[in-house]
Amino acid sequence: MSIGARSLALARARVGRPVRAPGAGMLALAGLGVLACVVVAAVAVGSVAVAPGDTVGILLRAIGLPIGRTWSPAAETIVLELRLPRVLTAIVVGGGLAVAGAAFQGLLRNPLADPYVLGTASGAALGAAIAVLIPFRAVFLDLGLLHVLSFAGALVSVAVVYRLGRGGGPFAPLTGLLLTGYAVGSLLAAGLAMTMFLSGSNLRQIFAFLLGGLEGASWLRLAFAAPLIAGGSLAIVARARVLNGLLLGEEAAAHLGVDVRRERAVLLALASLVTAAAVAVAGLVGFIGLVAPHLVRLVVGPDARRVLPLAAILGAILLVLADLGARLLGEIPVGVVTAVVGAPFFLALLRGTRSAYEL
Amino acid sequence: MTPLIAELAGVTVAYRERLVLRGVDLAIAPGERVALVGPNGAGKSTLLRVLAGLVVPREGSVTLGGDPVAGLGRSAIARRLAAVPGQAALPFATRVEEVVALGRLPHEDPFRGPRPADRAAVDAAIERVGIGSLRGRDARELSLGERQLVLIALAVAQAAPLLVLDEPTVHLDLRHQVAVMELLADLNRRDGVAVLAVLHDLALAAHFFPRLALLDGGRIVADGPPAHALAPERIRATFGVDPAIFAGSAAFAEPAILAGPGGVHAVPPELTAGPGGR
Repeated sequence: MSIGARSLALARARVGRPVRAPGAGMLALAGLGVLACVVVAAVAVGSVAVAPGDTVGILLRAIGLPIGRTWSPAAETIVLELRLPRVLTAIVVGGGLAVAGAAFQGLLRNPLADPYVLGTASGAALGAAIAVLIPFRAVFLDLGLLHVLSFAGALVSVAVVYRLGRGGGPFAPLTGLLLTGYAVGSLLAAGLAMTMFLSGSNLRQIFAFLLGGLEGASWLRLAFAAPLIAGGSLAIVARARVLNGLLLGEEAAAHLGVDVRRERAVLLALASLVTAAAVAVAGLVGFIGLVAPHLVRLVVGPDARRVLPLAAILGAILLVLADLGARLLGEIPVGVVTAVVGAPFFLALLRGTRSAYEL
Repeated sequence: MTPLIAELAGVTVAYRERLVLRGVDLAIAPGERVALVGPNGAGKSTLLRVLAGLVVPREGSVTLGGDPVAGLGRSAIARRLAAVPGQAALPFATRVEEVVALGRLPHEDPFRGPRPADRAAVDAAIERVGIGSLRGRDARELSLGERQLVLIALAVAQAAPLLVLDEPTVHLDLRHQVAVMELLADLNRRDGVAVLAVLHDLALAAHFFPRLALLDGGRIVADGPPAHALAPERIRATFGVDPAIFAGSAAFAEPAILAGPGGVHAVPPELTAGPGGR
């Protein structure tokens, strides 16, 4: 049997079912199942424990199922007004950061990229720090000056980076953008340092933002962030084929039918919007946007049509768990948890799979 | 009359003030095999970009399959012209079959993804190029020669009537150079795909291509069979070298040497799905 005939037989055996051994659909279902369990756990556990059965009952009753109340009104308030919005915010923020991270990695063709790489982080941080310094307090839709200025700061800094770093023709790699992001980020970091120096007793508030945290989550803030993050993420998922085309470079993508100039601008804008909205409600939560896409690629390969939805589910699971950990450890910043758990885990993973997966 | 697969008529291209192509005429009929040769900076790569609609000419018309390129969307162009991508570093681990599957992007439903027909085309392209033994490997671990075959398989999966390559043999050893050339000739002969390849090796071009277009200073200065396009006086005028140098290496182009037992022809069967490979 010649090599040709063997590979033909192999090819025939594969036709008609997904190319991957663990189907992406099955993985997505399993991931959603895990997410549901994690959500119930995160809502049940806390300074006041609510029995898992009661938790499920409260949640199901809240979405309209006719279930008799066997729990105290206090438990219901804790679950529905305090913990549920927080857990849902973790889902939205974690999923959005993972999708934005995967998009930036694919757009910049750089595995080290994360949602903050083009200046969103430093812009948001400076915006938040300035908001802390301004003595004026205004609240609209439960959003304070800090949220508004960090959201605006993230978007403005990306816009500046894009204006300065673009160029080199429609098919030039985005290396210039990456370097510009670094330079602008450094400049903004100087501004942030100065602001922190001037902030005196408010320093702790700025630090809390820089390290990320979900303790400020509320239904109203979620109502602001969720449509932006979910809508932006869905629009990115709908453009998965663009990211696939970019695997072999900008010019190759153009030859494969991708309008590189336009799609690149659209994806950058969407990923930045998702990141800015996530940062505005949760601060700078690190590592999830970097790690979740890589973990998913290890299992399903680089096809963005699989990577983006699965990374969203994984990012949501990871942030819900990290936030639960942060709560149980006495409300430490969630960014500390994601970094302390995420970094060693990621390193171990890279070492263990060096031959198959190198950065 | 069947429409030409591709046609440039009076195409002039300028990057800023510098003229890169000056009034280029080039017509490719279905099933033709054309090598584009010429010195560095002659405008060869630009010509390919113009053909694919990536560079808009200052003057002149460009058509693919009879339709002006300017009026075609990117996906429509990609279904008429498959360009073998340059060797690019993949940012993530990517299996060979996943690389080849990228060739189906212009055919896929943007939202539903690949259909069975797309998967079948990928399998067929892998089979056709003879890289079945590589399909599960990480494309980044392959040798340059193997990678070139994978990228050609991608373009085959794209299933366009015109295959375009920019220096497909650069950095390859002699064995893989011949393997790639034989594969292109075979795709052209058996599948009827028209091929337009930029080549630097005049001996390879003369041996494997019945028609050579010689580009110099943005103009086509010769277009025809190798003996015509690579006449000694032309080589001296275009490349500024003694034609004897090329004539010496052209001995390699003699079929007698290629056919010698165990000679240059020693291309392992897994690298070619040529006529002998079925």
